[in-house]
Amino acid sequence: MIETFLNPEIIAAIWPIVLAGLWNTVLLSLIVVPLGLLGGLMLALLATIHHPLVRWPLMAWVDFFRAFPPLVLLVLLFAGLPFAGLELGGFACVAIAFFLNTGAYYGEILRAGIESVPTGQVEAGRSTGLSRLQAMTHIVLPQAVRNVLPDLLSNTLEVVKLTSLGSVVAVPELLFQARQAQSVTYSPTPIVLAAIVYFLLLWPLVRLLSRLENRALAGRR
Amino acid sequence: MTTWDRFVETFFNAKVMLKYYPDILSGMVVTIELAVLIVVSGLLAGLALALLRALAIRPLNWLIIFVVDLFRSLPPLVIIVLIYFGLPAAGLSPSGFVSTWMSLAFVLMAFSEEIFWAGITSIPRGQWEASRSTGLSFWQTLINVVLPQALRLTIPPLTNRTIAITKGTALGTVVAVTEILGQASSAMSNSYNPSPLMMGAAAYIVLFLPVVVAARWIETKFAWKR
Repeated sequence: MIETFLNPEIIAAIWPIVLAGLWNTVLLSLIVVPLGLLGGLMLALLATIHHPLVRWPLMAWVDFFRAFPPLVLLVLLFAGLPFAGLELGGFACVAIAFFLNTGAYYGEILRAGIESVPTGQVEAGRSTGLSRLQAMTHIVLPQAVRNVLPDLLSNTLEVVKLTSLGSVVAVPELLFQARQAQSVTYSPTPIVLAAIVYFLLLWPLVRLLSRLENRALAGRR
Repeated sequence: MTTWDRFVETFFNAKVMLKYYPDILSGMVVTIELAVLIVVSGLLAGLALALLRALAIRPLNWLIIFVVDLFRSLPPLVIIVLIYFGLPAAGLSPSGFVSTWMSLAFVLMAFSEEIFWAGITSIPRGQWEASRSTGLSFWQTLINVVLPQALRLTIPPLTNRTIAITKGTALGTVVAVTEILGQASSAMSNSYNPSPLMMGAAAYIVLFLPVVVAARWIETKFAWKR
């Protein structure tokens, strides 16, 4: 069993390949998480404008990307756009797809956070002479982020896991590297190894989240 | 030909669409089958695990928590690839369809167990004690007193998570499942035209957008009044 699924010789041989994949996964996450947060923040700030001409298109935008599978979006950008004369490469496609898809999720979370801060606080801030922007950045956002921190973390976990989609468009992240190693060695060991690496990387975050979520739902009653 | 005409000719080519729409439709059927199987088996397994956890048998609970953590930490695509390419080495050869179903059902099981469990623990101990003292058994208390309240609490987070995981059926295309994306991709490479991909994208919107809109409605309806 060990011979097949965790062969020590194969592990020794492919470890550098998998390690390079791990670094790329970390790097990719460090790029796409802030990108998604930025997209989400833009959507959440737009949502503070309570005009129907802003509200409805915004809701349609968010619902569209909640309904659209991220992999389909990625394939559309990677394989569809070249027909319009635009060849972006795997990495750029991942970045755009994540900005759109995870931005919609982060946007919903941040919007809920902003709405959780009573409007009286903004009014009080404004009456002391703060501008709208200052009231938002100094009074509302810090509390909003704290109120929805478990949801933000949980979405970030999903985003990091989602970077594995990069393997479909040849971005050399952890899963892609493991599959390359698998096709060279004809052994499932590289995939098992990659799974173990993902687990060790993300387990601490899952443990933390599980505690935060239990507390949040229990406190709701 | 204007730029617009060329754009339509490329991305919404009537001839290509007419030829390949039956493929996309059959892909939709596979996606729906897969989605229903995942939702039903994933949620039932998650509920079963949460009920087992309520028995409070220490070693069993550690095992449940480990399994749940495992499937929450691993990316779904990694689990699919692991089952599809890994199990044959152990003498089992699940099809792409079965691999995708199993993987996403496990993931939904893990997430829904957490949500169901959080719902169950949110019911105050006093209610357990009161029910047991009126003569209800452990299971009667759980099913008649605790679960009806707990389930209501879990509906908003559960619908969101279920949609997000069910959308993952598109991942099946990596292991050659003939669902929408798989059909669209092969039609695109056969016709050298992106129109099938546009049809596939539209098919996902037709299937999932009503679910997302319904979820929004459910969320406001079942939101626990604070």
